[in-house]
Amino acid sequence: MAGYTLRRLAGALPTLFIIITLTFFMMRLAPGGPFDSERRLPPEVEANIKAAYNLDKPLITQYGLYLKRLAHGDLGPSFKNKDFTVAQLIGTGLPVSLKLGLSAMSLALLIGSLLGSWAALRQNCWQDHAVMTLAMTGITIPTFVTAPLLSLVFGIYGVMVFGHEFTLPVAGWNGGALRNMILPVTVLALPQIAIVARLMRGSMIEVLRANYIRTARAKGLSAPHILFGHALRAAALPLVSYLGPATAGILTGSLIVEQIFGLPGIGRYFVLAALDRDYTMVLGVVVVYAALIILLNFIADILYAVLDPRVRLS
Amino acid sequence: MIATGSTQNAEALVRAVQGRSLWRDAWERLKRNRAAMASIALLALIALLALLAPLLSPYGFSEVNYDLITCAPPWWPAGAECIAPGHVFGTDAVGRDLFERVLYGARMSLAVGLVATLVSLLIGVAYGATAGYLGGRIDDVMMRLVDILYSLPFIFFVIILMVMFDRNLLLLFVAIGAVEWLTMARIVRGQAISLKQKEFVEAARAGGVSGGGIIFRHIIPNAVGPVVVYVTLTVPGVILTESFLSFLGLGVQEPLTSWGVLISDGANQMQSAPWMLIFPALLMAVTLFCFNFIGDGLRDALDPRDR
Repeated sequence: MAGYTLRRLAGALPTLFIIITLTFFMMRLAPGGPFDSERRLPPEVEANIKAAYNLDKPLITQYGLYLKRLAHGDLGPSFKNKDFTVAQLIGTGLPVSLKLGLSAMSLALLIGSLLGSWAALRQNCWQDHAVMTLAMTGITIPTFVTAPLLSLVFGIYGVMVFGHEFTLPVAGWNGGALRNMILPVTVLALPQIAIVARLMRGSMIEVLRANYIRTARAKGLSAPHILFGHALRAAALPLVSYLGPATAGILTGSLIVEQIFGLPGIGRYFVLAALDRDYTMVLGVVVVYAALIILLNFIADILYAVLDPRVRLS
Repeated sequence: MIATGSTQNAEALVRAVQGRSLWRDAWERLKRNRAAMASIALLALIALLALLAPLLSPYGFSEVNYDLITCAPPWWPAGAECIAPGHVFGTDAVGRDLFERVLYGARMSLAVGLVATLVSLLIGVAYGATAGYLGGRIDDVMMRLVDILYSLPFIFFVIILMVMFDRNLLLLFVAIGAVEWLTMARIVRGQAISLKQKEFVEAARAGGVSGGGIIFRHIIPNAVGPVVVYVTLTVPGVILTESFLSFLGLGVQEPLTSWGVLISDGANQMQSAPWMLIFPALLMAVTLFCFNFIGDGLRDALDPRDR
């Protein structure tokens, strides 16, 4: 197990390296820089600033310097927010994004697998069709449509719950209060719920046809025992390998959700930084995102090996 | 009487002997899928409207009218501060006709869908067929590369590209297409691996056809089924990606428009002018649904194993 883990880890590092390299050179290939502004700086000042950020050195030297710093965990100073380092900015945004993303992911896995299993148990009945129609809707309608529509309905018009007019805040983080999280997390989770439900239904149908389930039934085990004790573990395997893509999906969605609901996460920083050509900030966020995706893929691989005895570890 | 009877028999016999092609069969099955057929009709209608957009309205798509700023359509049921007579979908924040803009958005989105899908098709099919046909170590290396690319947060590269090159429209099309070819390559590779063991490929090889000739003349034409299904599912994905970028302000720029731009404008104004959000969002959702239903229908029609 330890050997397998190490090998997986060794495989993940080159990917991270490729991402860093690609992003670094893509950012620099393009015209324009972070210090282009409406008011031209005096050439001496500009030269001084560039020297201070090592922008006057050859590109390959800059790349080397960046890697060296990165190895020490230093993401460099932000070019635009001059009083902050990239690590500080990401440090304030990351907890928000993580809380948002992890809540959405847990919600998606829980509700999605419940709905999917239910549809599989009622295959070709109306329950199945209803769940699959909902899933199709969830996959089709993009986050940037559901977000404004839901905030229009629940945030502005409000809904009547037990005779009380009930509205949810449509913007702001408010220290991560539950009220503020409901809408963004729901919006972020909806497409993932749909995908998880589809995956779960497919694999559950396949598992329920397997011989060992038939044997369990023939032995007279109760339906819940068969479902939770025997079928669920095997049926959940495709979900485990979906963890990686799900992370990518939620990160992409968070760009939109943080923008619409005005949340101070790193997705918002990324879009702003990209528009401002804040090289170090963009690189920093991409490094963090890539590390997150790779980490989740890694965890998924390990989980898969633990759950599926057929995966050979040698 | 007897004569006609025997003609009928003969006709039946001819019909029985005449082979039915895979595509003929698939079309028959597809015709019975009502959701897919309705989707095809609806999509054709949307495409036609988009194509004829300049003829359908007396207002230009970028024609500004400062007397009719964010005005509701005349038939709007809820009260509105101002009504724009003659504007079926109302007007936007600078008094442009929303109907015309939604149709121009459809033009842009469908164009992106077609071009980017074409790009992904070309790259994915050539790459996948080559990897699958050659096999061995070359296949390993090529597919390992696809695996690595899969784990990259691609949308970030597209965003960086768009920012760096000033929202060049052609680049946008190509960049999105270049993101979407990975799955296509995997599908085609799988097909190629199973096809290359078939007798007709062996016969072609024995007949001295070159590797490239076998890939393009024998492997690719026979892998068309799954590719067609995946293409119909790629188009909505591409439309979504473009709208996503445009929504963030990183895609199509004013005065040109796309559904992403319109939805973004609408989301900003949803409290005072909900029609600006509802119409583009609705048309986009309907279009995406259509593509998904057609894709599912085609899959069932071309691969009837589940029936």
